[in-house]
Amino acid sequence: MTQTQALSRRRVLKAATGTAVLGMVGFPAITEAQVDTIKIGHLTPLTGFLGQLGVYGQNGAKMAVEEINARGGVLGRKLALITEDSVNPGVAVAKAQKLIEQDKVLVIIGEISSASAGAIMEQAKRLKALYFNTGANSDELRGANCNRYTFHIEGCNTMYTKTIGHWQKRQGLIKGARWYMLTADYAFGHDLARVSTRFLQENGGIVVQNDLVPTNTPDYSPYILKIRQANPDFVYLNLAGVDQTTFLKQYKEYGLTYKLAGGVMDTIPFWAAGIDALSGYWQSLWYHGLTNKGAVAFTKAFTDKFGGPPDNQAWGDYMGMQIVAQAMTEAKSTAADKLIEVLEKGMKFDLLKNREGFFRDWDHQLLQEMFVVKVKEKDKAKDKWDIFEIIEASPGPDESLELIQPTKAENACSFAT
Amino acid sequence: MSPSPDPGSDGKSGRRSENRSHLMLFIVIEQILNGLVVGAYYILLALGLSLVFSLGGVVNLAHGAFYALGAYLAVTLANAAGFYGALVAAPVAVAAVGMAIEVLFLRWLYQEDAILGLLFTFGLALTAEQVIRLIWGATGLPFWIPPSLGGALKVGGFLFSNYRLAVLGVAMAAIACTWLLLYKTSFGMVVRAGTSDPEMVRALGIRLRPVLTIIFGLGVGIAGLAGVMSAPLAGVQPAMGTEILTATFVIVVIGGLGSFWGVVLAGILTGIVKGLTVLVYPPAAEAAMYALMVLVLLVRPRGLFGERMDRLEA
Repeated sequence: MTQTQALSRRRVLKAATGTAVLGMVGFPAITEAQVDTIKIGHLTPLTGFLGQLGVYGQNGAKMAVEEINARGGVLGRKLALITEDSVNPGVAVAKAQKLIEQDKVLVIIGEISSASAGAIMEQAKRLKALYFNTGANSDELRGANCNRYTFHIEGCNTMYTKTIGHWQKRQGLIKGARWYMLTADYAFGHDLARVSTRFLQENGGIVVQNDLVPTNTPDYSPYILKIRQANPDFVYLNLAGVDQTTFLKQYKEYGLTYKLAGGVMDTIPFWAAGIDALSGYWQSLWYHGLTNKGAVAFTKAFTDKFGGPPDNQAWGDYMGMQIVAQAMTEAKSTAADKLIEVLEKGMKFDLLKNREGFFRDWDHQLLQEMFVVKVKEKDKAKDKWDIFEIIEASPGPDESLELIQPTKAENACSFAT
Repeated sequence: MSPSPDPGSDGKSGRRSENRSHLMLFIVIEQILNGLVVGAYYILLALGLSLVFSLGGVVNLAHGAFYALGAYLAVTLANAAGFYGALVAAPVAVAAVGMAIEVLFLRWLYQEDAILGLLFTFGLALTAEQVIRLIWGATGLPFWIPPSLGGALKVGGFLFSNYRLAVLGVAMAAIACTWLLLYKTSFGMVVRAGTSDPEMVRALGIRLRPVLTIIFGLGVGIAGLAGVMSAPLAGVQPAMGTEILTATFVIVVIGGLGSFWGVVLAGILTGIVKGLTVLVYPPAAEAAMYALMVLVLLVRPRGLFGERMDRLEA
């Protein structure tokens, strides 16, 4: 009997391990490149706990390329987008190298995981190609690990922390308050916990506990029981992606009444949790409820194309592509050094917000507005996407965009190697 | 654990430290009870995987996909039939899909090299995730606990979610039904005989093919049930099946391949160990499960209750 020979415990385990490893490699490239096009690589996680955000990001990037090509491309050449699933830091490194050396892309856009973004940044620097980070938040990427070839469209952890923090401070929610933190156990979470703890302590708050949580945790009940025993004033989430959704749903399940806030807010996991599971005030990099002309037009075009409004990640990758195209037009070149030059000169960009933004020359962070948003009352929500109302822009209209930024002392960056 | 969970306690007076140790004991018991409930999910998932493997010899890497399918069908069916309707209909639908796949594809692979079954189910898992994306979209779907099961229950200071208690009840019923089917019916006798000596069963003139189809349907149906019940708790999103699969394998390995009660005990143990690790040292919560597996395998290489299966020994 063949079955009898074919099976042995060891063989089955070996094969299972092999297949699992195969699963980490991810999907091959979809190449749309032609001759005499400007090739741009889009590299972001399309699977795993950040995969839902990545798919939106890719849609945003694709839409931008279509729009740019419809107006005639850049410098008389069409853009060609080569998309890849970055999966994890190990795969991200290999694919970044492949995109630059084999596919000859001039620029890479994308990523969400701070661990993977750090890996891509290293490759960009080594191979002297530009990288636009559209989704990774760690301050370290703009500080200790910063480099000249990387520009950050995504807000950094300090921006998210200070946006909600300044607002909470004005409401008297920080001084003397006891906060319980849950922190994603990887680069992003550690960085965010450090930044948010610093802000909290500088303003007189107390961190009673900081639990590190493995990514993709399906069950938060042990943590929720611990929170109940600690009896804090605030529960503060340094979590991202699916983990936010799972926590929000289960927190609601147990009916605890401690207020919730967090060091980052991505719309997609909040949509997935549903308005019933949400409460409180959060911060947003971009939200489709913005009423300026650019935002309304972008939201409409995206909704017509994909059947639902864009989230902050779709906005990030869309903006990344637009910024690259505008910089190339301005520099009249696609060479990395020329692009760095125009971007460092403070070239202004329409970010589909109330105010224009520009890159800070010493750390390449895009200086821009963020927004304090409040979860809507359920009966006021128009549809399942309509979960927030915008409370205020941060910094306010008369304040400097530097207000929510890390200072040089907080996050020193040097481009000299 | 750094700061005290009891804000008023500084541990200076004897009275207070006594209170504190009582509180600590209380918290530990609370986590153990909670671990039992968490274990129920693991058991449902691992039971089907173990059944399909011990009878068909196929390591079903698409097991998680059926779990995800259960969750998605629950969201869709709940619109028409309500949560309780979906609780019945979705697992049945998942079982039907599973049996169709078994008849059309999987049954041709039993006789072949085990790697073919692995590759097929691996491919199926990837395909299923993409099909889910195509049908339901890339973002997670919001789904909520039915109002009748909402809220939490306080018993003697312990906090339980009503919904999770209901899950525990359903899981126990499903486990009991599966056990009755396997150990108290003539069908179950054929299944168990087929597990230990398929050739002899065939020699006696009993066809194992239809039995395999039903067992596969049952196995993935239970996974679908776990999917329905987890839909209100965790995110209903395309990757949910892939994410849960590793933990499921670990439970099966700890319990012992093919052992019914082994899987049950392993599920409960894992739930409790995870809860206690979160209490003592949260960063190790994920690793604790694997550490438990290593420990068990060191002492019992076939898992807790794993029996010697001649056809699996090299």
